[in-house]
Amino acid sequence: MAKVQTKDLLEQFKLELIAGKNGLDREFIMSDISRPGIELTGYFRYYPKARLQVLGKTELSYFNELSSDEKRDRSQRLCTDVTPCIVVTRGMEIPEELKQACEASHVPLLRSPYKTTRVVSRLTNFLEARFAPSTAMHGVLVDIHGVGILITGQSGVGKSETALELVKRGHRLVADDSVEIHQEDYDRLIGSSPELIEHLLEIRGLGIINVMTLFGASAVRSHKKIDFVINLENWNEKKQYDRIGMDEETIRIIDVDVPKATLPVRPGRNLAVIIEVAAMNFRLKRLGVNAAEEFSARLTKMINQEEANLNSSVDYD
Amino acid sequence: MAAEKTVTITDSTGVHARPATVLVNKAGSFSSDVTVEYNGKSVNLKSIMGVMSLGIPKDAVIKIIAEGSDEQEAVNAIYEVIKQEGLGE
Repeated sequence: MAKVQTKDLLEQFKLELIAGKNGLDREFIMSDISRPGIELTGYFRYYPKARLQVLGKTELSYFNELSSDEKRDRSQRLCTDVTPCIVVTRGMEIPEELKQACEASHVPLLRSPYKTTRVVSRLTNFLEARFAPSTAMHGVLVDIHGVGILITGQSGVGKSETALELVKRGHRLVADDSVEIHQEDYDRLIGSSPELIEHLLEIRGLGIINVMTLFGASAVRSHKKIDFVINLENWNEKKQYDRIGMDEETIRIIDVDVPKATLPVRPGRNLAVIIEVAAMNFRLKRLGVNAAEEFSARLTKMINQEEANLNSSVDYD
Repeated sequence: MAAEKTVTITDSTGVHARPATVLVNKAGSFSSDVTVEYNGKSVNLKSIMGVMSLGIPKDAVIKIIAEGSDEQEAVNAIYEVIKQEGLGE
C-alpha cells in the first residue's frame, strides 16, 4: 500500500502550513481523526496521539481561556513524535504557544478556511480512500447504462472484443485486462485502470488501440463502482447454465459479495448484446421489477387456477 | 500444488512490450493458470496489458507461478524463454 504522508494532505486540500515544516514527511498509520477536546482540559490518558488532530472553534475558544502556563503544557503534550499533523479550521487565529510547540517538535500545523464538520468529513473521505484495502483482478471493467460490469474469464475467451463492441454501442471502458479494485466503506468496490494502460484495449490481431482517441472522451471513464460480475467461459456441454434467473450467484471480492452471472461463449452468441441486456435487467431489478419472479408468480397463479378448475369439474360430475 | 520460480530481470529496458509479448505467448500455450508477481501485485501472465501494467524495471525480482495440469512444464518453459531472450535469470 502506498504511504500517506502529511504533505499529501497539503497538496490535496486548501491547507495553509503555519508551523512544523520539518515534519511534512510524517506518515499516517490510520484513517481515524481525533478532536482533542477533553485533552485540552489536561486529561491525556487516552489521547489518540497517532491520529490527525482537528481543532475547531469550541476547542480553540476553550484553549484561549487557559492560563499561559496551561496553554504551553497542553500544546506540548498534543505534539507527540507520532502525531501526523494538527489542523485548525475556520481560518482561525492560532495561539502563539501552539505554534511554538509545533515548530519545536516538528508537528505540522495546518490551517483550513472551512468549517470543522466539512473539514473532518473531507479529510476522513480522503484518508479512508487511501487506507482502503485493494486488489487487482484479471478482467475488463465497463460502464453500461451506469451499471459497472466486470467481465472476467479465461485469457482469449473474448473479453476485450466484447468490450470493444460495447464501446462501439456507446458504453464506456474503465479498464482492460487488469482492473485495480479498492474497497470503500464496507460495501462498495471501486475499479480503475493501472495508469500505464488507461484508455487502452488490446485486441488480438490488431494490437493495442486507444479507445479515447478512437471513440472520443465519452467512451472512457476513470473509475466506476463494480455492481455486477459477468464471467465468460467456453460452452461446456456438461454444465447446467441458469435458465430462469431466479437464483443469484455471488462472487467475493475483498470483503464484498457481488452478484455474478456465468455466460457460456459459443460462436454466434452476441455477447455484447447479452451483457447490455444483463446490465439493463440488473437496473430493472434494483428498481423492483424482477422478470423471473414475476414469471414464477404468474405460473403459480395459473397452476392454482387449473387445480381449482379441475376440482370444480369433479364436483359437477 | 503450484509450481513457482523467482527470476531477476537483467535486461536494461526491463520487461518492455516486445519481451512481454514473448512471455505472454509462451504462457498462453499452457492450460495452467500462470501469474506473475511483482511488488506485491499479481497479474495473469497470459494477459499482455496486465504484464505491461506492472512496469517491471531492470533488477526487479519477479515470481512466476503456475497452477494446473502442466504447471511444472509451464514454469520451466517460461524460465527458458526468459533466459533465451536475455531478459533475466
